[in-house]
Parts: sequence; C-alpha cells; structure tokens
Amino acid sequence: MEHYTMNLTLKIWRQPNTQSPGRFETYPVSNISSEMSFLEMIDVLNEQLIKDGKEPVAFDHDCREGICGMCSMYINGRPHGPWQNNTTCQLHMRAYQDGDTITIEPWRANSFPVIKDLMVDRSAFDRIIQAGGYISVNTGSAVDANAIAVEKDNADAAFAAAACIGCGACVAACKNSSAMLFVSAKVSHLALLPQGSPERKSRAVNMVAQMDKEGFGACTNTGACEAVCPKGISIENIARLNREYMMAGLSAD
Amino acid sequence: MLDSKIPAGTLDQKWTYYKGHCKLVNPANKRKLEVIVVGTGLAGASAAASLGELGYKVKAFCFQDSPRRAHSIAAQGGINAAKNYQNDGDSVFRLFYDTVKGGDYRAREANVHRLAEVSVNIIDQCVAQGVPFARDYGGLLNNRSFGGTQVKRTFYAAGQTGQQLLIGAYQALERQVALGNVTMHSRHEMLDVVVVDGKARGIICRNLVTGELERHFGHAVLLCTGGYGNVFYLSTNAMGSNVTAAWKAHKKGAYFANPCFTQIHPTCIPVSGDHQSKLTLMSESLRNDGRIWVPKQKGDKRKANDIPEEERDYYLERRYPAFGNLVPRDVASRAAKERCDAGYGVGTTGQAVYLDFKFNLINKYGRAEANKLGIQNPDTETLMRLGKEVVKEEYGNLFDMYEKITGENPYEVPMRIYPAVHYTMGGLWVDYELMTSVKGLYALGEANFSDHGANRLGASALMQGLADGYFVIPYTIGNYLADDIATKPIPTDHPAFAEAEKAAADRIQNLMNIQGKQTVESFHKRLGKIIWDKCGMARSEEGLKEAIRDIQALKKEFWSDVRIPGVIEGMNPELDKAGRVADFIELGELMCRDALDRAESCGGHFREESQTEDGEALRKDDEYAYVAAWQFQGEHQWSLHKEPLTFEIAKPSQRSYK
Repeated sequence: MEHYTMNLTLKIWRQPNTQSPGRFETYPVSNISSEMSFLEMIDVLNEQLIKDGKEPVAFDHDCREGICGMCSMYINGRPHGPWQNNTTCQLHMRAYQDGDTITIEPWRANSFPVIKDLMVDRSAFDRIIQAGGYISVNTGSAVDANAIAVEKDNADAAFAAAACIGCGACVAACKNSSAMLFVSAKVSHLALLPQGSPERKSRAVNMVAQMDKEGFGACTNTGACEAVCPKGISIENIARLNREYMMAGLSAD
Repeated sequence: MLDSKIPAGTLDQKWTYYKGHCKLVNPANKRKLEVIVVGTGLAGASAAASLGELGYKVKAFCFQDSPRRAHSIAAQGGINAAKNYQNDGDSVFRLFYDTVKGGDYRAREANVHRLAEVSVNIIDQCVAQGVPFARDYGGLLNNRSFGGTQVKRTFYAAGQTGQQLLIGAYQALERQVALGNVTMHSRHEMLDVVVVDGKARGIICRNLVTGELERHFGHAVLLCTGGYGNVFYLSTNAMGSNVTAAWKAHKKGAYFANPCFTQIHPTCIPVSGDHQSKLTLMSESLRNDGRIWVPKQKGDKRKANDIPEEERDYYLERRYPAFGNLVPRDVASRAAKERCDAGYGVGTTGQAVYLDFKFNLINKYGRAEANKLGIQNPDTETLMRLGKEVVKEEYGNLFDMYEKITGENPYEVPMRIYPAVHYTMGGLWVDYELMTSVKGLYALGEANFSDHGANRLGASALMQGLADGYFVIPYTIGNYLADDIATKPIPTDHPAFAEAEKAAADRIQNLMNIQGKQTVESFHKRLGKIIWDKCGMARSEEGLKEAIRDIQALKKEFWSDVRIPGVIEGMNPELDKAGRVADFIELGELMCRDALDRAESCGGHFREESQTEDGEALRKDDEYAYVAAWQFQGEHQWSLHKEPLTFEIAKPSQRSYK
C-alpha cells in the first residue's frame, strides 16, 4: 500500500456538558500518515491540544477493533464515516486526501444526550434490554446444550442478528431517530431460537414499549439504519419485529 | 503463610466434596447481604447475574458506558469445554491435563481440574441464554480445533465468540437489573478498596461523568477487572483496560502473583509507526494454513511476491521440523523476534515476518476443489481462484479486517505479522475459593492468577472467566458470607471510608497540581518501551536490573512533569488515564522484580540465562516450582511469599517441538 502524509482541517463539535450549548471548532492537523486509524488521527490532535494548554476532544472508544461498539462519531454527515460495514475505529486515514476538511459530530438524537464533545449517553439501549432483551434462565438450570436441536438456517439468522454491537449508528442515521433496527435485532436473535420462544410475545411488546418511552422516533422504512450499520444488520429484522409485535397483540389476553 | 485451602480428597473429588460441605446462606439472609462486583466482562457479568439470581443485593461497576462493552467482547476464536460431542476421546481429565501442561507446570492442579469439570456446564448455560454457537446441519453444536490439543473441543460463534458469550452474560445481568437485584453503575472507576477490621467492606470510585468520588459498602468485594497487558502500552487489549483496581487492592494487602507471566501472541498486525495506539490480533487458527517466512538475505527490500522460493527462509519449519508452523505461541513469538533482531525482518519498520497463504491456497484447497470438480491438470491461476473461495469461507472476516487496517489484500500478498502482548496469566493471588489475601476480597477471571500457569492455551480465557462467575463464586462466597449474616451494612461515614476517599482525592489533587510539560500518553509510551524491551519476549538479569532503574526514574519524572489538562470536577479522560498510567508504572517495576527472581524459563517467561544448548527454554522444577506471591511493603518494596506447586497427577516433563 502506497504510504503518504496529509494536512487536514477538522471541524469538531465541542460541548462542555449536557446542559451547555455546543459549537463547532476548527483545528488544523498536519503530517497525518495514511496508515493511521481515524482515532489515532484524533489522538494526534489531542496531544497537540494538551501541549497547547487546551482541553482535548472527549470521545468514546475502547477496543479499537470494531467490536465493543463504544466509538460513535458522525463523520461528514455519516455515522462511522465513509466506509461500508465499518466502525469509526476501523476507518483508516487512507480514506482521505491532503487538504480535506472533515466535520465530526456526536450522534444526534434526543434519546442520546451529549455528555461532552463527541460522547453521548446511550443508556437508553441498556434499559430497552432490561425490558425483555434476554431469556429468563437462572444459572444452573440449563439442560444439556445438545438436548434441543436448532435448525441451521435459524441458528445462522439468529447469529446474524446477534452480531449487533449496540453502537447506535442506526439511531444517528435515522431522520426520526428510531431505534427499530437495534430493537428488532435483539427480538429476532431471541425469537429465532427455541430457547427464546416462550417469552417472545412479552419480549416484543415490552421492548417496543420501552423504546417508545425512551423517546425514540417511529420507523418510516427509509433504510438509512441498514446502510450505515457496521455489522450489516438487515432491515428484514424490522419486518420480523413488526410480525412478532402484531402476533403478540392479536393473541393478548 | 499462604493457605490455598485446597479441599481434601482425590483430585476429581475435591470440588464435589467442597460443594457438599461448604456453608450455605439461606434465602432470607441473602437479601440482607450486599456484594460489590467491579468489572462486567465475562467474569464480572456472570458473577453479578448469578449472585443477583441467588438473592444477594449486588452493585456492579464498569468504566465503559455500558456493561456490554467490556473487553471480553473482543475474543475471537472460541471457548473450550470437555463435552466430547465429537466422540474423539475428550474428557474432563484431558482438558485438565492439556491445561496444566500448556501452562508449563506452573498452575495449581486442583483449580485447573475444577475448571475442566465446570466447563461442560458453561456451554449448557450459554445455549440456554440464547448464545448462537455454530451448528451443523443436524442442528447440533459444532466444534473446532485449537492449539496445544489433539481433540476438537472448542465451541465458537464465527470469529465473535467473546461477543456472543458476553452478550449472553450481559443480558442475564440486565435481567437482574430489571428485577432490582443488581444496581448498575457504568462510567465509574474504582479507586480504592475499603478495609474495615481486616475485611474488604467497600470501594471508593470516581463517577467519570461528574468527577465526584463515591463511597459504596459491600459485605464482600469482587474484582473482575481483567488483565494488565496495557502496561506494555501497545497490546491487543482495549484502550481502557487497566490494572488500577487490582493494583489498589494490592496496595491494601492483596498479594500479586506471578506478575511476569505475560502472553505474547505470535500473529498480530505489526506496528506501522509511532502513532500506533493498539494492536490487532489475527487468530491463531491462521497458522494452520499460513507458512511463516523471512527473506534469506538481510535487509531484502524486494516485494514479497518477487522473492523466489529458494531465497525464502521458512524458519519455523527449519528449526522445528516436527511441529513447523504450529509450535506453541511462546516458541513462535520468540523465533519471529530472533529473525527480526538479526536483521531479516520485513516491511517499512523491519519488525515483521510474512504469513503466507499462497502455498496452501494452491496446493491444499485449490487442488482439493479441482479434484472435486473433476478438472484435469489445472493451471496455477485456476487453482488460486478455487482455493480463494475456500479460504474465504474459513477466514473471510479476518482477511477483511487485515485489509481494512493495512490496505493490503492478503489473498494476493502475504500478511505481515509480528508478536504482540495479548493476555496476562499473572494477577492477584487467590486461594481455591478465589479469595485474595484480604478477607472478603475476591478476584475472578483474568484479574486472578490461578488457572493458566506460565502460558494460557487458546480458547481457555473465556472458559475461565465464565467458570469463575457462573459456577465457582456462587458457592465459595456463601462459605464466607455465612459467617457474616449478623453484620449490618456499615454506614459509609465510617472513618475507613472517609480515610480511603481522602487518599483518593489527595492523589487526584497531587496529579492535577503537577502541571508539567509532558503528556500522560508520552509517559505511557516510554513505560511500554522499557517493559517490551527488557521484560518482553526475552529477559536477562542485566536487562531487568536496568529496567527497574529506568522505571524508578520514569516514576519520578512522571510525578514531577506530567501535564493533565482540565479540572477535577466533571469529565476528564486525561485525568483518568493519568491515574491508570501511574499504577502501570508501579506494576511495571514489580513485573521486572518477579522476572528477575524467576531465573528459569517457563511458558511466556524466557530468561536468556536459562536455555538449552540449542537455544530452547529451560525450566527448573527443582528451584522454581512455586507461585511467586508478592506482598506490597512500601514504595519500591515488596516481600516474596512462595506457594509450592506439587503435581500429583500431571507429572512435569520438558517440552520439545523439534
């Protein structure tokens, strides 16, 4: 891979805390290697800011290998930046050229309030899981793992839905700030498995109720969520959630 | 005196005996008992969920924004269990034996046997929770093979096994949160253990959003805070992974065991420059089909594909003809370092070797596919094309990840790889009940030292984390808390809480007051370089002594010249990082002291003075068959307690791969 360096202009959202208003600040960064990851480029900026006696940019990140779901930057109008099936931490600087201007914002959604700069509060997702995103089985009461066969197609589809990393890009991309892709991925993962079947009705109803309570918007099937999902979660899951929800309503006592 | 509290009886009866005789707490009393769980990876989430289910009042803490993000999530390969679903001769005994041998005879037999016993329950539990393990067309569970074993006992979910297991444990945890049995505190970092009358009774933590210090009481405290690989700065750990909780416990009296036992994984994507912030693993399974080589000519600048076959040195196949590219992790790592140090490394930095799939792509997979399709005398191009399709199915996601990071297509050009820090076998010393040397303070998962000896086998970390959390601690904690049912919650205005909080506050203030010139990151990088150079893949008496001096000097410099921006009140990630790096510096010194004390080579610990005539690791069972448990005595001062290791069943033998 050809290696090159570049000078860039960064326009970054700065906000001291949830209560205060935020605004864009412009920062030049120079001598950025095309081999750096996007977050390493932000590291360079932060080191520079600290040396200049300024506050570094706060952002969420942890594993830096695309699996923990912590990183969450809205880059040039797209969650996680320009690459397909990718997280911010796995975006690399060879996606950019010398002289580029890059605008970086936090996830924008009322249900994800900004904590500081590019960091948002995604605890609404945890509360949606608390509403039913699990199988009620206590430790120790499980039967042998091979006692129940699971059709391979269903197992594979459950796995594909379970690949969700809970980053919230789907919400950030949606003009309604809907969390339907996230909720449907969890409902699908568990409904497709025989182990998850006994609770499927209450799960769908309760998770959707919590989603609404958290203030996420409605789904209007634009598909923006699927387009930016770093794990390629399909909107077929939303169709499945709608079926699960409707069936639960029809058979309610 | 160290008492490991190993139960009586034959090895295979110890855990059964223990479970049948340990004290129990009745359900009504459990509701009066509070347990603090720090960390929500596989060990922490499984422990918090299980204890919540039992009826204890649990408070769980993590520094991430959600418990689902703990670094267990990044584990790729799989989880071992002695299910013997493949009918290939596996058993609890074989898993036990492989683990003790793989650990180069530096682990406790009784703990490892218990681990192998409960491994089967883990898989049952995870499947019941909805963990989508890989399955065959008949709908039953599939297995793959991993290093150091001759059976297929590894359960997996593509290359995301850690994620799926952690989501299972996280969901069980969130269910307990919903039921009110667990209170979750995310974005909180533990800064101290509170000890009252010799027993752990709570923690001090910093709310990372508001910056406030908080006091939390617990009848017992569980540290499930992972390993300390980030002491090397560059590792496959997450950016936030740290030793702070374990280190604070150590300074409050918990012994730290075998700190020098660190695992350096041979196949990681190499460092590309000074900007590098972390390293990424390429799964061990790739060595099944990749051949490792460097050019025969020093400093050869030609592209890999331009170097003809006869000018390539397949050094693992040359040095270890019997095992070739499949030698254990420690051996493969040292061999790569040897070639690069001698000037044969490749890539811009010269710190990399090639992992080349072309040979097997053509000759193994390509030919097999051509045979299947009945293609006579296929040309190389056809073989390549056919082979690629098979390799894509086997390793597609890893190849994609490699391409995202390096921009190179590993189907066309060989991967460049180099060893990187991956796991720490050392950790807080615990007895059979997972209790540290402080009463009521437990350590689970990677945070303790107990099961992997001097080298961990692949797919065993997930097994240990979940074993400790789901199936060990629910029994052993009852045995302790049964004597505590009359203890009322201690109000957090108790002097011990006030004192611990003040110490934490003073330390933060001291850090902020320095207002020096150098960033936290720059100190961390320098620490990492010292440890990597002197206490990494090869260690010597001279180097370790130098390292200790260097680290002591670095500590002094850190505490007089570090610059931390921002304020104490409110979010300040640089301040959080400064506290962690300060602890890593102290741990780094202890690692070097431990490595200096252990003048033998075993597992991941290679002392240059202790090798055979042909340069292989030489273990010294007569002198060093012990667990080194270090007690903190004051700045730069520790005393060593030795727990002798006896092997009644798995008799030690020297490893050879020639």
